[in-house]
Amino acid sequence: MANKKQETVFTPIGLSSDNTGKVEISVDLPEPTVKNHKDLGLSEEDVVVMFEQMYLQRRFEERAMQMYQKGKFGGFLHLYIGQEAISTGTVFALDDEDDIITAYRDHGWGLVRGISAKSGMAELYGKATGCSKGKGGSMHFVNTEQNFWGGHGIVGGHIPLGGGLAFANKYNGNNKISATFFGDGAVDQGVLHETLNMSQLWKLPAIYVVENNGYSMGTSVRRHTVGEIYERAKGYGMKHAVFNGMDAFTVYENMKKIADDVRETSEPWFVEIRTYRYRGHSMSDPQKYRTKDELEAYQKNDPIERIKKYILEEKILTNDEVDEIIQRVEQEVLDAVDFAEESPFPEPEALYEDMFAGTPFIHDKQ
Amino acid sequence: MAVLQFREAIREALDEEMERDENVFIMGEEVAEYNGAYKVSEGLLDKYGFKRVIDTPISELGFAGIGVGAAMKGLRPVVEFMTFNFAVLAADQILNHASKVRYMLGGQASVPIVFRGPNGSAGQLAATHSVAYDSMYAQFPGLSVIYPSEPDDAKGLLKSAIRNEDPVIFMESEQMYGLRGEVSEEEDYLIPIGKAKVKREGSDVTIVATGKMYHIAKQAADQLSKDGVEAEIIDPRTIKPFDIETVVKSVKKTNRCVIVDESHPFGGLASEVGFLIQREAFDYLDAPVQRVTLPDVCAPFSKPLFDLWLPDAKRVIEAVNTVAYR
Repeated sequence: MANKKQETVFTPIGLSSDNTGKVEISVDLPEPTVKNHKDLGLSEEDVVVMFEQMYLQRRFEERAMQMYQKGKFGGFLHLYIGQEAISTGTVFALDDEDDIITAYRDHGWGLVRGISAKSGMAELYGKATGCSKGKGGSMHFVNTEQNFWGGHGIVGGHIPLGGGLAFANKYNGNNKISATFFGDGAVDQGVLHETLNMSQLWKLPAIYVVENNGYSMGTSVRRHTVGEIYERAKGYGMKHAVFNGMDAFTVYENMKKIADDVRETSEPWFVEIRTYRYRGHSMSDPQKYRTKDELEAYQKNDPIERIKKYILEEKILTNDEVDEIIQRVEQEVLDAVDFAEESPFPEPEALYEDMFAGTPFIHDKQ
Repeated sequence: MAVLQFREAIREALDEEMERDENVFIMGEEVAEYNGAYKVSEGLLDKYGFKRVIDTPISELGFAGIGVGAAMKGLRPVVEFMTFNFAVLAADQILNHASKVRYMLGGQASVPIVFRGPNGSAGQLAATHSVAYDSMYAQFPGLSVIYPSEPDDAKGLLKSAIRNEDPVIFMESEQMYGLRGEVSEEEDYLIPIGKAKVKREGSDVTIVATGKMYHIAKQAADQLSKDGVEAEIIDPRTIKPFDIETVVKSVKKTNRCVIVDESHPFGGLASEVGFLIQREAFDYLDAPVQRVTLPDVCAPFSKPLFDLWLPDAKRVIEAVNTVAYR
């Protein structure tokens, strides 16, 4: 028996163990759908709206990042860049009346569910005109009028809230469903287990979606969780799927099928959508845990470039028409920045507002 | 007036509110087929069915969160914890979500939910099953905290809690479920949240005590009366919002005050109320305010140690003697 003393290791070692020069890929992307928009029942106009919507999310966040770096506003800023096909494909697949709730990487979700670039940007600035009146900031975009129940800041904390939205829909017998989105990091929280168990037991009309973007903050999937994420569903006897999240058509195709099934059977689904986060976890992230090569490999699959190429190849729009959209979105985002800059901050009284729906009580208010 | 057990008063409140509003439902461990771990929800499954009386797995965090989500959509969940000692597992949902969702979403969603169940010690159950959490929840903006002491208070306040538009923590006690008391037969009997009640009039000392501690204060007051000391007992009933006016009014009359608090001493109800009294009635005090609380140690199992740990009438009398310089 060899008596070689080995270093004790708990968490699997990340980049520092890699001296082979091989690029470590944190998530394997399944093949995207081969269907075209007609096969999927999408009109040419739908495809154009998808592109415009994704491009808006991208430019909104790129500008937000710029303004943040200029010191225009503070707090956290978790960017969704790279994941836009998921929000966009999903919103096309669900009914407008269906409920959506997500974690703190929520700007894209807010924009696809009716928050204007102006009120979104104003929220980032903490202005009174923001979608959450400057009370929530980047992590708490919300638009309940269009059934978007918010960004939420505690990793995994909103998962049972999504179950509760589904519970209420079943209770009310309204044939609506809820879709709850969270990152791969949230998969490690105990509340996911509790919620999945009750959802299957109670047959809640809910879809739980892991947006696996490769990293739980700075810890790659292989280093923070065991096995394949979607296979967790098997422990609950829950329907499940895994698919490519870098292609809006693939997201649309799968989410439509799943949403139809949930509506039909009132049985929940657990879904892993594989994607990639181009930016750091938040703005303060030096990203030393991944290689540039890995990032570049995923950027070759960019969902926005992909749909743009499709639009041009299918001759849905000409180059000039695409440019027009790009210019229009650019202007919309610049206008949003101006709006946010010019908007007033909340009045001091606002500190005490929005705590209570009923009779307010503020203990020992001085 | 009807004489009801504490559990029956709570059940009547649940029943009446479920009858009145289709959106009210109850969920928790053993609430349905078992008829309630403490028989509070007995018979409600038969009357309202499986849609509105829901057994949950032992998943406090999960079902508390499902309740919060359902409340955001407009339902009115009454979530039962078998004891608030187990609700610690649900703290993220109560403290981070129920109490904060409305504010951080700029008022776009509200959470009309009631979390209810027994609070504090239920006898020799050792450290993890014996803590009173009312002061802890009262720390958090947005939560109403109710800890009634008698069946009448329980009924009127629970009905108000279920109708409240914001989250309410409603606390009971395993040891009070069998307690009998007169309960108003007034139709739709509602007690406003945040109003204290003077439950015994007296001119020599003010004792503030709620929940199970009210009964200890009452024993002490009966004893003291035999010695010619007349205590005024104020039962705040609601920890938050706290009715400090009623307490201050009494202290201005008696000039002395003892607060009995089932929580640990640091930063609890007793320290908060003591602070407010010194600020609002400093010139009226003839002695420093005293408090009777749990000691700053965990609950022991062994009977003699346990008896030392939990506040009792003897300690209340000692505190009264201290403020009365007897």
